[in-house]
Amino acid sequence: MKTNDMIIQFTAKIVFFIIFFFAIHIFLAGHYTPGGGFVGGLLASSAIVLLVLAFDIKTVRTVIPVNYTTLIGIGLLLALATAAFPMFKGDPFFTHYFDYFTLPLIGKTSLHTAMLFDTGVFLVVVGVTMTIIQTIGEDE
Amino acid sequence: MEIIMAFVIGLLFTAAVYLMLSRSLLRIIIGTGLLSHGAHLLILTMGGLDGKAPPVLTDGVTDFADPLPQALILTAIVISFGVTAFFLVLAYRSYQELDTDDISAMKGGSEDDE
Amino acid sequence: MTQVLFIFIPMLAAVFIPFLFKSIKNVHTGWFVLLVPASLVIVYSTYIADVARGQVFTGSLEWIPSLGINFVSYLDGLSLLFSLLITGIGSLVVLYSIFYLDKKKEQLHNFYIYLLLFMCAMLGVVQSDHLISLYFFWELTSISSFLLIGYWYNRDKSRFGALKSMMITVGGGLFMLGGFLLLGIMGDTFSIRELIAQAPQLASHDYFIWALLLVLLGAFTKSAQFPFYIWLPDAMEAPTPVSAYLHSATMVKAGIYLVARFTPIFALSEVWIWLVAGIGLLTLCWGSFFAVKQTDLKGILAFSTVSQLGLIMSLLGASAITFHVDDVSNSIFRFAAFAAVFHLINHATFKGSLFMIAGIVDHETGTRDIRKLGGLMSIMPLSFTVAAIGSFSMAGLPPFNGFLSKEMFLTAMLAIKEFELFNFNTWGILFPVLAFMASVFTFVYSFYFVCHTFIKKRNEKYADTVHEAPIGMLVSPILLASFVILIFFIPNVIGDLFVKPAMLAFQPFYASAAAIDIHVSAWHGFTPELYLTLGIVGLGALLFSTLKKWQPLYQLWPQKFTLNHAYDMMMIGLDTGMNQVSRSYMRDSMRQYLLYMFTAISVIVITTLFVTDAFSFSFEGTAPIRLYEIILIIVLVIGVVTTLIAKSRLTAIIGLGSVGYTVALFFVIFNAPDLALTQLVIETISVALFLLAFYHLPKLTKINERMRFQVNRAVVSLAVGAMVTLVALSAQSQKLFPSISKYYEETVATLAGGGNIVNVILVDYRGFDTLFEIAVLSIAGIGIFAMIKLRLTRKGNGHENK
Repeated sequence: MKTNDMIIQFTAKIVFFIIFFFAIHIFLAGHYTPGGGFVGGLLASSAIVLLVLAFDIKTVRTVIPVNYTTLIGIGLLLALATAAFPMFKGDPFFTHYFDYFTLPLIGKTSLHTAMLFDTGVFLVVVGVTMTIIQTIGEDE
Repeated sequence: MEIIMAFVIGLLFTAAVYLMLSRSLLRIIIGTGLLSHGAHLLILTMGGLDGKAPPVLTDGVTDFADPLPQALILTAIVISFGVTAFFLVLAYRSYQELDTDDISAMKGGSEDDE
Repeated sequence: MTQVLFIFIPMLAAVFIPFLFKSIKNVHTGWFVLLVPASLVIVYSTYIADVARGQVFTGSLEWIPSLGINFVSYLDGLSLLFSLLITGIGSLVVLYSIFYLDKKKEQLHNFYIYLLLFMCAMLGVVQSDHLISLYFFWELTSISSFLLIGYWYNRDKSRFGALKSMMITVGGGLFMLGGFLLLGIMGDTFSIRELIAQAPQLASHDYFIWALLLVLLGAFTKSAQFPFYIWLPDAMEAPTPVSAYLHSATMVKAGIYLVARFTPIFALSEVWIWLVAGIGLLTLCWGSFFAVKQTDLKGILAFSTVSQLGLIMSLLGASAITFHVDDVSNSIFRFAAFAAVFHLINHATFKGSLFMIAGIVDHETGTRDIRKLGGLMSIMPLSFTVAAIGSFSMAGLPPFNGFLSKEMFLTAMLAIKEFELFNFNTWGILFPVLAFMASVFTFVYSFYFVCHTFIKKRNEKYADTVHEAPIGMLVSPILLASFVILIFFIPNVIGDLFVKPAMLAFQPFYASAAAIDIHVSAWHGFTPELYLTLGIVGLGALLFSTLKKWQPLYQLWPQKFTLNHAYDMMMIGLDTGMNQVSRSYMRDSMRQYLLYMFTAISVIVITTLFVTDAFSFSFEGTAPIRLYEIILIIVLVIGVVTTLIAKSRLTAIIGLGSVGYTVALFFVIFNAPDLALTQLVIETISVALFLLAFYHLPKLTKINERMRFQVNRAVVSLAVGAMVTLVALSAQSQKLFPSISKYYEETVATLAGGGNIVNVILVDYRGFDTLFEIAVLSIAGIGIFAMIKLRLTRKGNGHENK
């Protein structure tokens, strides 16, 4: 699948960053506006898929040296740990905590353990999607 | 609107079941895909379609669409994606191994459906 | 409490057997096992004196307290007698097995675990006061018997015999459970003692006769009564210690025990008396008549066991007559119960020793075929003596215990015709006549057994190689044989210590065991019994001396009309019949199964909708229809139809994609932005996947489907569609309770600190769903990874089945 179409590759690079940052944004904003770990994860992986289409799997692999199956594990563990953490404090499984802080530059914002859980979801979704695409693409 | 949707969903299910009962693996997978679309629309419709605003807290809005079916569907969409992908690869691999995507030929017999 | 634990000691001991067998190689495992029954004998012996004075002991252990099911151990005379038999004969059998089973060749751990399991089960049967725990132990005896018969599981006949015995005894046990449940319903209790207390009320209940019949079925199958006895001869494939223990001394007597135990409840019914006495007598005749036909040593003993069990059973039936006469202590019917228990003890002693001798003969000569045997008397004098003692006792000759109980049996049978109720005074005459005939044949087969093995002309083939069994093997049969003689001389000691206390359990008319006025004596003057015995000996001797002339007559009976043949035909018929039934719908075709499932779902749901009147239809509260919604619907329908009729792969995939995108647009207009976003992205990735995976596949070929299947398929699809539409319509038209969503809307900001309700539900309110969802997703991903990366069958290596 080696292609040398400069225009496509150049565009893909730019679009990749746009989609990827949009994915991060939509993921972070998920608690208050539409979005969240699922959509974020899917968008992020579609950004990577775009790169794969424009270049090829090997190149993308060297550029983004991530083992996606490990990513699945990390995501699952993160989600599980977030859910299990309250048990050590004596609260029921899956209790979430949140509070509001005033940070420099950003202003008043909220920090949320649900966010950690959502990060787990995000990582799993990226991991699974990319595992599927990569294994199928690499076959043959 | 819900009434019309009920019939549309019925159509989706009919088509899905019809495809799932065919011999070609691809058609079966497409059938399951249609089935999940039907199920999603069914859940959404059952929650009522008369909400005036997305279920996102905004000042001054009280008439939200029902968020619970939406959460359920969101889970279902992702799961059905995983399952479809799994089916696809299963079909792809069995085609590679068995050189056919006809499920009765895969079994080695042609006396299927006698 | 401890009393209940005694029951479980064998089972607890069984846990250690495998370790002992594996780790201590040079000591026969049987020696360790022997400790269990031997110590239990001592334990139960301590009860003898108190129980003989009329005391009863109870202990209980909770099992399923919420259902009121407990292990209740109830030790009265009857239970104690059985417990002593189980542990006593058990000890002797274990001792015998140490020499019978080779420690190097045999899988001893299996054998002894099964044996201990059986011991526990049998103790449980005879001590349980609670019907449900009684049933539990009852089936456990069947299962352990199954395992023991099939001990040499690589032999065809062992497996056949094991299965046959299990089918019949477990089947009977199930009927018995039905009877127990009916009793439980009638008396509102599962305790046997409490049921006995309400016996008069139970007798007038509608279910009474059914309970009676069902309980009897259980007892008759277990105790090998006609026509269920057919499993017992086939059970002789078990190792001989097992035959001696389970299939003559203990397990087959469980039915006897059950009948005795339930006599106070059911004796008021004439059906009970007729059935128990009649079937018993029939079994007695049948068994003794066919015992002479057998050529296998153990086969003879099996039929003789069947017939002796029938004898005890008929005595128990006759003992129920006492419930219908006044002044029992002076009536002539009082002997039946005594004779039943007495013969039970005697039978255990002489039949146990005979089985062990049969095992010894088999062990030393390598055959049990009586036609090949003969003249072993001079080679195996000890074995011969024991065999002669056992056989003569079985034939009812003095000075052996069999003589005493046989005399009493004749007394009881002669008494039956004096009974004035239930037509016994007209038909009762049959009882002594049949009893006489059966006794003649008993005499014949007893002599047949001992003479043809030991006395008849010697088979030279065995002369050099065969010798007397090792002394250890002979200890148990010699002990049993000495009991046979001992009991003849001290019958009244046995009677006072064991028989009379046991009688109290089913003859509750006496104040105490001592009040039972029965004295056993070998010589009781010139009575009808004595003349009958003389007749039996005379006719028996005559028949035995002419055995060669009439024995071939047995072959005249055609094989087709035997009960065994009927059983075989039934099993084969069931087997093929069931196969045909399942073949008729299990077509080995996935699509057929899917058809069944879809049909079932739609039929069940649609029927339920209309039967429960759940279907309703209203236009209330529906959202208005807008133009662009109509357009979307049209697009969706076109997409579906395209997918449905697409001839090419690509068209189908694009059709599916268009449906997916339209659904995403639906999400947009129905105010579900999260869904719309997710659906759009997913759809994109899915279409890419479809194209990736099917890039290399061939064109869709036109497959010619059978017309009938096509029609079915269409009909079923339409039915499913209709079902979904109906469900949707009726769900839409009735809102039975308010949605929980209101709660989410109100608390999302305060409790969860979020604004997007859908996402908060996913990560917080219903976080579990999401956790498991990503787990499923991961499994799918790893599964795909494995399917592609792990190539277990390489291409070119061919199909695994080739």
